[in-house]
Amino acid sequence: MILVYVNTDNGLSKASKEVVTYAKKLGDSITVITNGNAPNNVLSELGQYGASKVLVDRSVSTDDLQQLIDLVAYSAEATGANTIIFSHDLVSKAVAPRLSVRLKAGLVSGAIDIPNAEGAIRVNVFSGKAFGFVKVNSVKKIVSLLPNSFQPEIIGGNCSVEEYSSGALKGRVKVLATKKPEGEIPLPEADLVVSAGRGLKGPENWGIIEDLAKSLGAATACSRPVADIGWRPHHEHVGQTGVAIRPNLYIAAGISGAIQHLAGVNGSKVIVVINTDQEAPFFKAADYGVIGDAFEVLPKLTEAVNKFKSSQN
Amino acid sequence: MKILVCISKAPDTTSKIAFTSDKSSFDENGVQFIVNPYDEWYALVRALELKETNGGNVTIITVGNVADETIMRKALAIGADDAVRIDSDPKDAYNTAMQIAEYAKGQSFDLIMVGKETINYNGSQVGGMISEALGLPFVSLASKLDFLGNKLTLEREIAGGIQVVEVDTPAVISCAKGMAEQRIPNMRGIMAARTRQLTVIPPISVEELTSYVSYDLPPVKSSCKIVSADNMDELVQLLHNEAKVI
Ligand SMILES: Cc1cc2nc3c(=O)[nH]c(=O)nc-3n(C[C@H](O)[C@H](O)[C@H](O)COP(=O)(O)OP(=O)(O)OC[C@H]3O[C@@H](n4cnc5c(N)ncnc54)[C@H](O)[C@@H]3O)c2cc1C
Repeated sequence: MILVYVNTDNGLSKASKEVVTYAKKLGDSITVITNGNAPNNVLSELGQYGASKVLVDRSVSTDDLQQLIDLVAYSAEATGANTIIFSHDLVSKAVAPRLSVRLKAGLVSGAIDIPNAEGAIRVNVFSGKAFGFVKVNSVKKIVSLLPNSFQPEIIGGNCSVEEYSSGALKGRVKVLATKKPEGEIPLPEADLVVSAGRGLKGPENWGIIEDLAKSLGAATACSRPVADIGWRPHHEHVGQTGVAIRPNLYIAAGISGAIQHLAGVNGSKVIVVINTDQEAPFFKAADYGVIGDAFEVLPKLTEAVNKFKSSQN
Repeated sequence: MKILVCISKAPDTTSKIAFTSDKSSFDENGVQFIVNPYDEWYALVRALELKETNGGNVTIITVGNVADETIMRKALAIGADDAVRIDSDPKDAYNTAMQIAEYAKGQSFDLIMVGKETINYNGSQVGGMISEALGLPFVSLASKLDFLGNKLTLEREIAGGIQVVEVDTPAVISCAKGMAEQRIPNMRGIMAARTRQLTVIPPISVEELTSYVSYDLPPVKSSCKIVSADNMDELVQLLHNEAKVI
């Protein structure tokens, strides 16, 4: 019996479909536990990815992460689950380690594969510079799956949704305010990412990055110095000391490709590098390279993308 | 204010990552170790700032062997008051967290701070585990932390934004970028740290819930295809037809 925690605050994210697909590869009987206000007809779609049923506790808010721990712990007990799966995101980073101690369940964070023949699970280590294979020694197990490591697969129809009252207690951390810029694609979940570095020379020049991102439907990212000097917000900083991402496409303009930057992005399926300097180290990690001035290349690329998109319609 | 900062050693960010020939462990040959950047730049420096405004003391703790004394002295040079080492090769996050929780139990710390993750294992596990073991509230991935009365006000990262939260001390906080600025230790600090007494404590016996059985390096990319800057239509076609990503 496998329990999957899915966050449905913004409907069914790609990550939620990924974790259910992943769980289905590990076993047959999959219960999803969630919280919040997503309508039943939306939740029932998780059945298509392999869930047998969805339990929803509408009294628990994601703002109260301590209460979420109770919710997952109680539902694990109620369903007799020995394996609990999360998406490796900001919620699981707060909840899964505490749950691991509470249930004495070994935690594998940031899994990128199903267990191999020896039962070990592949994870990124050294900030993406290498892989490690982790074995869980305890009977109970918790795995958090790195977003974009697994493609969601539709295998069936909708499943039942049951209201669940866990009786989880309120936590001691009080939320005073939430600041959420609207309409942005969360970087760790993005399939396509357009990123820029110091080569862009100043924050006023980011329009050409945003234009390309918009044409592609991509999220935006940046190198560390760019976030440090305040040209871009910190949450866009990717690399060894920033966010680690593995999109299908990473386009890097005006970024030299320092080892610490590469660490966070070299899990990307395809990398395109745009740089004036043909000796830039980033070209060694790239699949496609354009030697040229970002200020000229990016608008042309945006135009080419727009042309391609309109030809597709 | 009594603060405990958990620090871990990590290979310098420019290190070449290599493994022993049987791939069972990290090859430490020629590797320079540093204090894990999140522990140093954010957790330790913010702890020192809080001490400077509110009084109190800052203790750093690490689970490690005698070689880790270099990073402990670095933390002392930056300004920590005391340094504790639990004398055990670090195993999994659970074992590490239980060792630290055992030490912290009797000490009534107001605040226990950890970096958001280590740059070698990237687990983001130890802070949450300590909080659960001690029954303390936990705020993860905090990018700002203020202290007034016995209340902490923090900003923490949530999906696509920031949340402002409040919690009473004692609490466990994992620290991310934004919380403080890196401090370079001065000569006096470095000299004074050299001769300071380090506390060494024997480990307790705790199981490991997980173990790393092997490692591997990612496949090397084949060569990069250069596309002319004047032919972005070609790049789009390659991304569509060849790479199949758009
Ligand atoms: C402990 C530690 C941790 C670090 N962690 C990170 C991390 O997580 N992420 C990170 O990104 N960095 C990190 N760094 C910093 C890293 O070492 C590099 O300094 C940084 O990545 C460089 O950023 P950049 O490529 O934007 O700038 P630069 O290195 O200055 O490169 C700018 C590039 O732009 C090109 N360029 C200039 N003009 C143009 C133009 N008009 N068109 C096209 N190209 C142009 C240049 O040729 C150059 O290659 C870390 C460093 C340390 C010491």
